[in-house]
Amino acid sequence: MSDTPRMTADTPPAPAATPPMLELENVAKSFGAVVALRSGSLRLERGSIHALIGENGAGKSTLVKIVAGLYRRDAGDFRLNGESVDFGSTAQSKAAGIAVIYQEPTLFPDLTVTENVFMGRQPVGRFGRIDRKAMRAEVEQLFARLGVGIDPDRPAEGLSIADQQVIEIAKAVSLDARVLIMDEPTAALSGVEVDRLFQIARSLRDEGRALLFISHRFDEVFALCDTVTVMRDGAYIATTPIGETTVDGLVRQMVGRDVTDLFPKLPAEIREPLLEVEGLSSPLFHDISFTVRAGEIVGLAGLVGAGRSEVARAVFGVDAYDEGTVRLGGRAIPKNRPDAAMRAGLALVPEDRRKQGLVLESSVARNVTLAIRETIAKAGLITSGMENRAAKEWASRLEVKTNALSTVAGTLSGGNQQKVVLGKWLATEPRVLIIDEPTRGIDIGTKSEVHRLLSELAGRGMGILMISSELPEVLGMADRVLVMREGRITAEIDRDDATSENVMFAATHAQGAHQ
Amino acid sequence: MTATTTAAAAIARSYRDYDRPLWQRVLLTREMAIIALVVLVSVVAAATVRGFGQPITVTYLLLDVMPILLIALPMTLVMITGEIDLSVASIVGLSSVLTGVLTAGGLPFEVAAVVALVAGAVCGAVNGFLVTVVGLPSLAVTIGTLALFRGLAVGLLGTTAITDFPDFWTDLAKARVGGSNVPVVLFVFLVLLVVFIVLLHFTPFGRGIYAIGLSKAAARFSGVHVERTKFVLFVLAGTISALAGVFYTLRFGSARGDNATGLELQVIAAVVLGGVSVFGGRGAIHGVIAGVLLIGVLSSALRLANVTSDVINIITGALLVLSVVATSFLAWLRKRRKAPGGTPRIEASTAG
Repeated sequence: MSDTPRMTADTPPAPAATPPMLELENVAKSFGAVVALRSGSLRLERGSIHALIGENGAGKSTLVKIVAGLYRRDAGDFRLNGESVDFGSTAQSKAAGIAVIYQEPTLFPDLTVTENVFMGRQPVGRFGRIDRKAMRAEVEQLFARLGVGIDPDRPAEGLSIADQQVIEIAKAVSLDARVLIMDEPTAALSGVEVDRLFQIARSLRDEGRALLFISHRFDEVFALCDTVTVMRDGAYIATTPIGETTVDGLVRQMVGRDVTDLFPKLPAEIREPLLEVEGLSSPLFHDISFTVRAGEIVGLAGLVGAGRSEVARAVFGVDAYDEGTVRLGGRAIPKNRPDAAMRAGLALVPEDRRKQGLVLESSVARNVTLAIRETIAKAGLITSGMENRAAKEWASRLEVKTNALSTVAGTLSGGNQQKVVLGKWLATEPRVLIIDEPTRGIDIGTKSEVHRLLSELAGRGMGILMISSELPEVLGMADRVLVMREGRITAEIDRDDATSENVMFAATHAQGAHQ
Repeated sequence: MTATTTAAAAIARSYRDYDRPLWQRVLLTREMAIIALVVLVSVVAAATVRGFGQPITVTYLLLDVMPILLIALPMTLVMITGEIDLSVASIVGLSSVLTGVLTAGGLPFEVAAVVALVAGAVCGAVNGFLVTVVGLPSLAVTIGTLALFRGLAVGLLGTTAITDFPDFWTDLAKARVGGSNVPVVLFVFLVLLVVFIVLLHFTPFGRGIYAIGLSKAAARFSGVHVERTKFVLFVLAGTISALAGVFYTLRFGSARGDNATGLELQVIAAVVLGGVSVFGGRGAIHGVIAGVLLIGVLSSALRLANVTSDVINIITGALLVLSVVATSFLAWLRKRRKAPGGTPRIEASTAG
């Protein structure tokens, strides 16, 4: 691997004398009456990292799925190395040297890392035996090349999302994929993990591969990519070398308008303490104490795996804890009782919206009213009519984009799903809202809507504990930042003193931050 | 596609309650298909099978399927949470034997029957404890207790039968209302039916049952008592099974250790036929009732047409497989139409 990752990102795209590695021109795709992609275009050059950005619903995912062989295009050209191709299956796309790494990789949890890398194409020794030695040796070599320190013999279960992605990348490289597409790979990653991923991406670029990087995070696009293509409303807008554009320029292209304030946190009067956590300990975190006051947004920063979500889950009662107390408004909340926490006025918008936040196969109405099913019931009885009334109120307050309340939640876009989860919890009229990764994987328009909403809620006297892996979000929104590292709170920084540097420092170093 | 935030705010959003008109929501369901099938089979059988159209057939049909109807109620709820209870028929046997042994031992029948019901509840609690507290899969647990409870039943009474029960009760089990063909026990069932329909479809508890079946994690994060709900349902299943056992004993005037052997499979077949997913989260009581009746009508008509029981088994089995295949086929077709080749996970991320 390359030991000198290029830190400057202004490498111009390779000259287009040879045909580009992958080229899409005016590709269209519809599902019935719904046009998912009107006119998508994209040129990936060898030895280049290309960013694809756009709001949710802009058509990025559809474009990627056409490249991956999941969808067939209705119209337009798709060329690989100058030759027209048409994939009818993912297998054909893979065989042509295209690898797609999704946000949440799907490894086999009970198999080892090595077995996962070789899934479905294990090297065979004598008598048709799987040649474990050869497999092991190749994985070690691969990991050395990629600079990865994962134990090849451990089971995939319990690996961080970052490590799982690296394994997917290793798989792609071992298949000699020439085109690597990464769909929001950094969404669930912490700073250090992102750096490692970028290092790997750069070394793959230097080997002459073409990389496509889909992201909502501009700082990463600018740090990593050479060229950027913007899509909007199912159509190609522009492709620009990264050195010739700015965040403002890209945002304007993405939304077709100016976004003046990405992180509006209005000053609110901070009043009495609401949520008081004292000495909370479990095998996953130690001696956690903090207070959230009315009108205050407390940011909980740290690397993924620092124990932030675990603390949130314990406070809300989804997980048990060994020691410590949780009080809300002075009254103790019993441990391991989400229902009691809810009644006391606590709400948790969980980290994994698709698994923990929503019943994906259930309707919007049922999802919004799941947590308040007992309060909206009259004489212990509940009807769809009652659910629809309550759901309608919250769907319109949060401007959920759906036609009918009976729409299945899983078919909504990420941003709208998050609004449904928010509506579900705001409907419980909480005094303190814990929100874990409020804007992960949602489009920029919805993102600022969510931020505005949080700010407004704080203004009306709600206490908010916001867990976020996006530093700008934490710095922009929080009145106070708590930083966790390896299960402990390592720093508490006031809004005025908080900078990316000192938060990052506390998240990565034990010493130097006040306890 | 994506409307901008400001545009969305400008348009006052109105939400329809449903994306399909009422008649479609009512008629185009699996439950309605099964109900239509019940009507169709009944009409055809009444017209072609000699004797099927007689009122007495209806009486016997209802008495025959009564234990299945009763147990199908709690089984529906258990299966919607994604669990299963295979021990129900053994609980029927055990409660039958307990009623017999205690009555023969000198206890009044009423007391014996109540003891049998309590025993059924305890059996259900054993299942519930092993599934929710110990955390074992219900399939394994209830295969075990299927053998255990049946073993207890046979052990208590051996291969003999107790046939001495108060005439009042044995007559009541077969009695009809006035001069009609409606068996009295139907009213017991109807009361329970209303209770279960309300419990599943019109209470917060019922909403929790569906949520557990579709996503255990989301249910837990929403304050649903996942384990407590399941425990309650296993106890209900045990109690209702015991009730079915008491009825079974009275109807045939015989308490035996091997009463109702294999009934659990008929119950589960009817529940699945009625539209309950074995993976949980889906199904409705009216569909299940139709499922039970369909199997009952079909086997009754075939029996009257002198078809052997092997062939009846083959036909009901084939029907069950067909209904399951049809459901997944229709789901697959719907998905194909919406997003060719797309998996639900990825599909969801594009919808905007």
